[in-house]
Amino acid sequence: MALAEQQTSPQAAQSTSDRSWHGIVLQTLKRNEISLIPYVPDRVLTPLIKNLHADPFFTTFATAREEEAVGIISGAWMGGRRGAVLMQTSGFATLANVLASLAVPYQIPLIMFVSERGTLGEFNYGQSLVCRTMRPVLDSLALEHHTITRLDELEFIADRSIKQAVTTQAPVALILNPLLTGGKTFDK
Amino acid sequence: MSSKTNTRNTKVMNRFDVTSRLIAKLKHEEAVIGGIGNTNFDLWAAGHRPQNFYMLGSMGLAFPIALGVALAQPDRRVFALEGDGSLLMQLGALSTIAALKPKNLIMIVMDNGIYQITGAQPTPAASVADIVAIASGSGLANSAWAADEEDFERLVDEAMSADEPSLIAVRIDDKPGVGTTRRDPVQIRERFMHGLGVREPL
Repeated sequence: MALAEQQTSPQAAQSTSDRSWHGIVLQTLKRNEISLIPYVPDRVLTPLIKNLHADPFFTTFATAREEEAVGIISGAWMGGRRGAVLMQTSGFATLANVLASLAVPYQIPLIMFVSERGTLGEFNYGQSLVCRTMRPVLDSLALEHHTITRLDELEFIADRSIKQAVTTQAPVALILNPLLTGGKTFDK
Repeated sequence: MSSKTNTRNTKVMNRFDVTSRLIAKLKHEEAVIGGIGNTNFDLWAAGHRPQNFYMLGSMGLAFPIALGVALAQPDRRVFALEGDGSLLMQLGALSTIAALKPKNLIMIVMDNGIYQITGAQPTPAASVADIVAIASGSGLANSAWAADEEDFERLVDEAMSADEPSLIAVRIDDKPGVGTTRRDPVQIRERFMHGLGVREPL
């Protein structure tokens, strides 16, 4: 854990403070009655995932693939329960088929939080390349997406976007930029 | 094929017949998720019910979608019908389900060893892998091959009162589905939500 804190900014390392980025995400999910949280983990998302697991309001669990999580959230929505998927940029890159054949045509308000790797200090060339595929895929399906860089804008963007997804029955991707989270930096 | 898996003694059945037998047993508005292709075509052909959901893409996600429904409505039994080729795309989902242990989820695998709808090419698993052994190894202890139609019905009855998720694998022939689902995703989703009591019609 000490290593992880060395790799992230002071802002990102704030433990469970409500005004940390992950505290705001957790509270915004709760306020919008989003209780089912399947995820494929990411180093930057670790404090959020840990706090979600610790809060009995949420059903939080890992899936083997991101598209599996999208399927689960889609089924849950149709059954009357709201959820959101947590993933990394590279995981988003596996989703084009399920977005185009399930979430969009069936009008599922799929809420995605994507921890953005591949930019602002990326050390893995493959990650920087896969990152460049993300926004073109979102734009090709005309999907709503926001890149969140500022802590003071996070709650507004997340809360409004979740409400818009639900009321318009359309997916949304909330991209958590390294400017917000500290990102993951070169370790060795 | 290992003799432990009992697959050599299983009868080759027919997807539409088996699906019809399942639907005839549903008396409590159980949800049914039909996987992509022939699996949901035969579900459609067995007679539309408001609690049926038909997939028109996203191959391999019948079990995850059914898991989501099962987690949202723990008091309703949820069935998922999936082809062997589809399941091979998402084997990790079996472990996710085993870990969560939804007691109201029943998975049925229609195994013909081929991608019937694309030209009957054999799957990579066809002559080497065993679906029930894979499911058991993924943590789904309550997994079994149906020996014949009567055994299938018996396994469904057992699954409906089980307190853990169940998986039933059925060897089927190479026949295509006998119907074709109306490809209207918004209506399929909306009517399914009505069927589950989540929404009222406009």
